[in-house]
Amino acid sequence: MLRAKNRTGLVFFPAFDWAISPTHPEREERLLYTQDQVFEEGLLDIEGIIEYKPDLVTKKDVQRVHFCVPDLWAVMTESHFISAGGAKTIAMAVMDKQVERGFALVRPPGHHANRVVHGARGFCNVNIEAIMVEYIRKAYGVNRVAIVDTDCHHGDGTQDIYWHDPDTLFISIHQDGRTLYPGSGFLSELGGPNAVGSTINIPLPPNTSGEGILHAIREVVLPILKEFQPEIVVNSAGQDNHYSDPITNMNFSAQGYAELTTLLKPDIAVLEGGYAIEGALPYVNAGIILAMAGMDYSHLREPDFDPVKIRQSPEVSRWVHKTCDKVLENWHQRRHLAEVVRGDYQLMNRDRDIYYDTDNIHEHQQEIIRVCDSCGGALKIDSAALGMKHILAVHIPRNACERCRKQGYQWYDSADTTHYDKIYLQDRSGDVITEKSQAT
Amino acid sequence: MIIGLDVGGTHTDVVLLGIEGLVRQIKVPTNSSDLFATVLTGLEKITEGIDPARISRAVLSTTLTTNRIVQGRIPDVGMIVSAGPGMDPELFRTGPHYHTVAGAIDHRGREITPIDAGQVLKVAENLKNNGIRYVGVVSKFSVRNPAHEVAIGDLLGDRFEKVFLGHRIAGQLNFPRRIATTFLNASVYPVHKDFFEAVVNSLAKKGLSMPIRILKPDGGNMRFDASIDHPAQTILSGPAASVMGSVAFAPKDEVCLVLDIGGTTTDMAVLVDGVPLLDPIGISIGGHKTLIRSLETVSIGVGGDSAVRVVDGKIQIGPDRLGMAMAYGGPVPTPTDAMFLLGIGDGGDPHKAREAIQLVADALGTDLQDAANRIFKQACGTILDEAGSMIDRINAKPVYTVHELWEGHRLQPRQILVLGGPAPWFAKGLERLSESRVTVVPRWTVANAIGAGLARTTCEVTFFADTEQKVASAPEENFTTVIPSTYTKEDAIEATLDLLRRKAIARGANPEHLELEVIEAMSFNMVRGFYTTGRNIRVTAQVKPGLIQGYDPIAEKIMDMNGVCHAAR
Repeated sequence: MLRAKNRTGLVFFPAFDWAISPTHPEREERLLYTQDQVFEEGLLDIEGIIEYKPDLVTKKDVQRVHFCVPDLWAVMTESHFISAGGAKTIAMAVMDKQVERGFALVRPPGHHANRVVHGARGFCNVNIEAIMVEYIRKAYGVNRVAIVDTDCHHGDGTQDIYWHDPDTLFISIHQDGRTLYPGSGFLSELGGPNAVGSTINIPLPPNTSGEGILHAIREVVLPILKEFQPEIVVNSAGQDNHYSDPITNMNFSAQGYAELTTLLKPDIAVLEGGYAIEGALPYVNAGIILAMAGMDYSHLREPDFDPVKIRQSPEVSRWVHKTCDKVLENWHQRRHLAEVVRGDYQLMNRDRDIYYDTDNIHEHQQEIIRVCDSCGGALKIDSAALGMKHILAVHIPRNACERCRKQGYQWYDSADTTHYDKIYLQDRSGDVITEKSQAT
Repeated sequence: MIIGLDVGGTHTDVVLLGIEGLVRQIKVPTNSSDLFATVLTGLEKITEGIDPARISRAVLSTTLTTNRIVQGRIPDVGMIVSAGPGMDPELFRTGPHYHTVAGAIDHRGREITPIDAGQVLKVAENLKNNGIRYVGVVSKFSVRNPAHEVAIGDLLGDRFEKVFLGHRIAGQLNFPRRIATTFLNASVYPVHKDFFEAVVNSLAKKGLSMPIRILKPDGGNMRFDASIDHPAQTILSGPAASVMGSVAFAPKDEVCLVLDIGGTTTDMAVLVDGVPLLDPIGISIGGHKTLIRSLETVSIGVGGDSAVRVVDGKIQIGPDRLGMAMAYGGPVPTPTDAMFLLGIGDGGDPHKAREAIQLVADALGTDLQDAANRIFKQACGTILDEAGSMIDRINAKPVYTVHELWEGHRLQPRQILVLGGPAPWFAKGLERLSESRVTVVPRWTVANAIGAGLARTTCEVTFFADTEQKVASAPEENFTTVIPSTYTKEDAIEATLDLLRRKAIARGANPEHLELEVIEAMSFNMVRGFYTTGRNIRVTAQVKPGLIQGYDPIAEKIMDMNGVCHAAR
């Protein structure tokens, strides 16, 4: 009998009846051929690979992470409840030790969804990894978490949500933001003043192949993970670094993805992007499942795989090495860099314009964070979407110190409802989620 | 008139059914080393004094192929497997004569690598030199494009007695199961063919010519001649016979649990609105996971004759059977002894039953009555717990659309139908412990044979259309056709139902009363770049498992004679 070395949970939810629009990359057909490959290879028959039916996330699961504008029902479809629920189901199976690892092969994805949500950007409405991570923190008391985002696009939404959280290490490996959506994820983006160094970006040049990506994993990601010592490692497993992906320019392969998974050993992997639905996804997903289960994947390859054709140039290699060296240098100097950033400020501002490409929304944010040595810091976000809603959101972190908690409540209580469509409070320390507006 | 015959482990039940109801029922001992004699004796006895011309069919459920597979008594079979990239095909090795050859096809049925004729011919020579007579040929994604299997089959020519091609065995995707299923078909082909040809010939010699049909594990039958190409579809039909025997008495608008309680085991199944639930992929047997369509059944080691022991101060029932109940001279205490002591059932030697329960009572340090009660309660409780787990597992099965996940209702049985030897006795205990209504199936001791006799012919068709490649196919039915780019899901459903109708009639269904249903019909727009380049359509349709048209009068008669036996509260 064929047996998995690691007991591996799998949620497979292809949402065969849901699309952003009929010809959108995020459409019904996306996981069709992956299903065909997974079924034909008989992967679900392997002893020790256990398929779970996804549960739905609750309203509270979402509100623990997001400020949904104008409300949760406006930004979530049934499919989002299920895809976030699939990630949560897998996380529970791992936390309950039913399985050693788990892979949520779900859609729609979530890593471009920020803390404040006015609509969809980068095909994402809500951040399914963040919803999952905050659920297991609440339900299982997990504290230190690492999220390694290997999607070809910068995981800007996850970065935004964990920007100020020193207990969440967010590492994104992606195609350089100067050449690809969303145009962020540069070396200098290291996290907010209370969490400098817990955000790590590894932008790689176009045409990087397995050699370069695995170099970044081996030489940068693994040593940093070892030092950070997370209780849980999550992989945002986007598959669009593949050489056949239609909307990116990288040269990764199914073998490469399987090897990446073997090296990274994530406790939980969650599917993100990847739109070469015929040429890449069936093989990459099969590779990831086999690698998670600790099984042989050496016979797996794409029909048109040609290692010579996708080999990276010496110039790309030099660029990758230089980038990796710089990332490590920043990591080692993170305490010093934090001091430089913070100076002697007590409150710090961040002003941003955020564009929602999927829904064509222009958002302007003014963020104020309380500089704090003992917690992630109280956070206030003034967010206005052009021609839409203007809200104020206050976030008090999980392990908030008394002063940050007080600061958060002072911001919320003193906020004037005549200035905003809605004012939100997300007090994670007291597990309080509330809101106020003129109407109420 | 119809004959239903169900071969069991210890005895074989045979019934004769006519428009007047159950005409005759007999039991003959099963001789597992000579099933041929058993079947023939059963058929001869049941037809004694009956004009053979009045018998329209005999439906047989045998353990012939099942036993051969479980005991590994099968001939050497050659397998030629073409996998291409993916899982290492060596992992699915079926035995010493398993050969992997070149060739690869992708998920849409496009050729990636051609087969190598020279290599195939070399393998064929090797098999031939090793005295192989039966061969299975399987290629990955052959149900999307059978070209490689067909080409390999052509190369083998008539070198071998029988060659099975994977795509003709089942329509679903699952390469390892296709290998196992093709292997099993080739393995049991000779014994199946010889056995039933011998049965037909012997009957003919005795002037008892009658059409023979074989029961399948999905609760349907097929004509004997159709079974020659699908001999493995005769495995594990026993539980299906019992389930079909309960169908006539199941509510038509409710979920119902069926428990077939025997001496050694209890088999469980679920009827939804009177239709048995099917296993979504296929049956597992002797370590082989297959694509053989089957009812969703679970078997547990608790029955009337299960051995009762006391281990660490706790009662343990089964999973083994060491013989009959002590009341009947058996070696160890059993639930049957407990039921006799409690006065729930009667039979055998009451002193022996008492002696049996005394052994348990002593080990537990309690009195006779308490020991018997605890044994009985635990036996019934275990059955209900296991049934509950089965329902939970069915409800936990993944679905792949938003609609199914949000709308999907959970099964919750409100009625339990019990059959098998000790059915009325167990029913009393089940009723006490369960909130469901508990009903004993009329003629509970031969309901299995009645079920075999009354089951309809079933089959399934899997259909696939790709308007970009302009091809529609149902490889299992040897069907491929060119389609226009305007081909729709509705066209595909029509074509599927047409294929299904023809297949069902060929397998023996009554053309006047075909209960066809579409199980799945999906159409995906295939978009490349920003343009829709075609539609990818998948349709599956089946003949619903159920009873033959016109069974109602027979079933009613059976009920009249017996009355529906409700267990006393």
